[in-house]
Amino acid sequence: MNNIKIETINYNLYYGKFHALRDINIKIPEKKVTALIGPSGCGKSSFLRTFNRMNDLIPGASMTGDVLIDDQDLFKIDPVSLRQNVGMVFQKPNPFPKTIFDNIAYGPRVNGLKDHKKLEEIVENSLRSAALWDEVKDDLNKSGLALSGGQQQRLCIARALAVQPSVILMDEPAASLDPIATLKIEDLIHELSQNYTIVIVTHNMQQAGRVSDYTAFFYTDETRTGRLVEFDETKTIFTNPSDQRTEDYITGRFG
Amino acid sequence: MTTLMSEEATERDLKMRKSSQKFWFAATWIFGAITFSILLLVIGYVIIQGGKAVNWEFLSTAPKGGLSGEGGVSTTLGTTLYLVLLTIGISTPLGVGAAIYLIEYAGEQSLTSPVLRALISIANFAVETLAGIPSIIYGLFGYALFVSALRFGWSLLSASLAGACLVLPTIIRTTEEALLAVPDDYRRGSLALGATKWQTLYKVVLPASLPGIITGVILSVGRVISETAVFFVTLGGSHRLPTSIMDGGRTLALHLYYLAMDTRAFDKAMGTGAVLVVMIILINLAIDFVSRKLTAGLKGR
Amino acid sequence: MSTRMIVDKAVKYILFISAILSIIIVLAIAFFIFQESVQAWKEIGVGEMLFKRVWRPGQDQYGILAMIYGSVAVTFGAIILGVPLALGTAIFLGEIAPTGVRAVLRPAVQLLAGIPSVVYGLFGMVVLVPMVRQINVPGNSGYGLLAASIVLAVMILPTITSIAEDAIRAVPDSYRSGSLALGATRWQTITKVVLPAGRSGIIAGIILGVGRALGETMAMIMVIGNSVIFPSPLTKNPLTFFLSQARTLTGNIAVEISYATGVHESALFATGVVLFVLIIVVNASARWLISRQSDVQTTRQG
Repeated sequence: MNNIKIETINYNLYYGKFHALRDINIKIPEKKVTALIGPSGCGKSSFLRTFNRMNDLIPGASMTGDVLIDDQDLFKIDPVSLRQNVGMVFQKPNPFPKTIFDNIAYGPRVNGLKDHKKLEEIVENSLRSAALWDEVKDDLNKSGLALSGGQQQRLCIARALAVQPSVILMDEPAASLDPIATLKIEDLIHELSQNYTIVIVTHNMQQAGRVSDYTAFFYTDETRTGRLVEFDETKTIFTNPSDQRTEDYITGRFG
Repeated sequence: MTTLMSEEATERDLKMRKSSQKFWFAATWIFGAITFSILLLVIGYVIIQGGKAVNWEFLSTAPKGGLSGEGGVSTTLGTTLYLVLLTIGISTPLGVGAAIYLIEYAGEQSLTSPVLRALISIANFAVETLAGIPSIIYGLFGYALFVSALRFGWSLLSASLAGACLVLPTIIRTTEEALLAVPDDYRRGSLALGATKWQTLYKVVLPASLPGIITGVILSVGRVISETAVFFVTLGGSHRLPTSIMDGGRTLALHLYYLAMDTRAFDKAMGTGAVLVVMIILINLAIDFVSRKLTAGLKGR
Repeated sequence: MSTRMIVDKAVKYILFISAILSIIIVLAIAFFIFQESVQAWKEIGVGEMLFKRVWRPGQDQYGILAMIYGSVAVTFGAIILGVPLALGTAIFLGEIAPTGVRAVLRPAVQLLAGIPSVVYGLFGMVVLVPMVRQINVPGNSGYGLLAASIVLAVMILPTITSIAEDAIRAVPDSYRSGSLALGATRWQTITKVVLPAGRSGIIAGIILGVGRALGETMAMIMVIGNSVIFPSPLTKNPLTFFLSQARTLTGNIAVEISYATGVHESALFATGVVLFVLIIVVNASARWLISRQSDVQTTRQG
């Protein structure tokens, strides 16, 4: 296995009294794509939001166990600087009502960068990495909201890249897109995995099969508490899962 | 990949951003606290200082009139009550009717006739406009039309007609909101059973939106009680209790104004103010109660 | 046709009449106020009325410039004092206050809106005016622009606060999470994303506050002093401008209408016309901004 980027040890998540995730142990490898799959309500999105501490914003959320990123205790890192290092792309594209340029420059700016030359450079690089540069290079002053859904999502990916994170979390990034836009996003994810550690939540089995190197299967029983059933190379999970529930889910017998 | 800035710079910047957040969060807490203290200060002052003048005698005796400032507020309480009843009596059916038309009928009508469609959008615009017109303009209007042109003089009639125009947009808007909150399934269910549109409205939609309509009416009662400018120029200022709708009079709020400005009887004025403030607090509590009923009712179904 | 069908039809027409009543009232207000003012515009002259500083009905001088200036000055003062407080409170209520605090403060703001203007006026006369009078400047009576601006600031506070808070709350949460996920602090998220996204609504709130301020009558009469003078600094210090007495357009109408006759009465209606036009312009621009705000919100899913 490659270097470990993120590791959780007996991680538990609670929303008030509700036990959302129980005893999750996982080692997410660096510069690979890891897919989190499982039926709705199994806690995979909550698990994803652990890594940039967005769960902290939900009143009543509490957690136990350890989460390490680059061997550091994630909960000891200030959430604001953690989120510079761990970017996130949401289910629905959420560009700000600002120009394309200002959308991308937003992250570097709030993180203290004022040099316009450098900002221009970052905007261009980020848009190139997100495969959007050629489509928008003449329209940088147009509103980000004027783009199509697929372009908006790539804009949001570029926006996340602009703060130069090492991890990118994606929460069903193609759920609201048409098949062609989805393919473009998938190609992009593949491309980005050369430089970034990517963790992606998806409902789409084929997508998980296409884009990910590793897959974690989450499952919940009638208590609604999510557990990690199986974690392995995607190939193995899809061809030779060791747990019956994983096989049932992947072959579409429930979920 | 280069980093955005050096590590120390990032560190320093983060510290600065954090302390700036602390400062501004504290500042908004202070703003909130100031707003709250203003309320406490005004209400507290008026009720405590004014409360000294208020007792049963103050509430039950008539003001002496003239420039003495002596006496209580009983007749002004009576006038306020008359004026509230008249104003609400005139404006409620009109306002509720207008809202029903604009919400329940406008949609179907506009499909057929462009003239009607235009009228309806002008009507919506007119309601917005009425809501923004300052009360002294309503007063001037009432003075020109009811007091002078129609020769109603300074009277309950003139004042309540002008007051009805003033509160009309409030009643229309709250009723509209209440009607919009009634789920369409109710209407379809009733229509499917063969009820006419009006039967559906009367038996199903209006009962469901009643708490919202009542909220509008209570709001308007509060508006009439606290309004001064309109009645200042349409109701005259007699301290006697009106015996017919052609008689003038003065409401509590007007009485306060006369006590403060003409007779400089500040203690009595403050007493009147205390009575007014308590009434307004009760009205706000009533609105709160009814709107809680409304949300509970809609959720319960 | 059965009876209930006839009832159904009849009701429709009755309701229709009440629906267009609002149009009739708006037109009637505009018509009567304008019609009553025609005499003044004709006999005194539009330029004379709008641009002459002297209002002396006894000597047939009817310039309302001093009152326009007074209304604008006191509104300006109220905006300077009230807007920061209102916006601070709106941000606090919309973004920062814990649920419990909000549950207390919101009704408090509503209650503030319900207090009768004469009560604010009385509070101003009894508490504020004596305090202002302490400022040791010759000619300072305590009544004037400063006391009036403070009273007015409190009166427009609830209007601006609640509209601005609504605008802030209408900003989609996805903007907030997007910003936080990029490493912005909550305060940066508020100032760089939430407030700009809610800008139109917030400005509309301020404009509606201006409308409310221009239209306020009784409380202004009670604390502004009502002298028909062109407000100006009492001494060489320009700040003493705010200690000057003044009269508002609204106050001019209310104070004199009950005894005015002839041209004088007509001139008061002309004052009303000026006020009416001012308010319509102010409110229309606020409405335009609010509609723009909702456009932004709906085009979000492009």
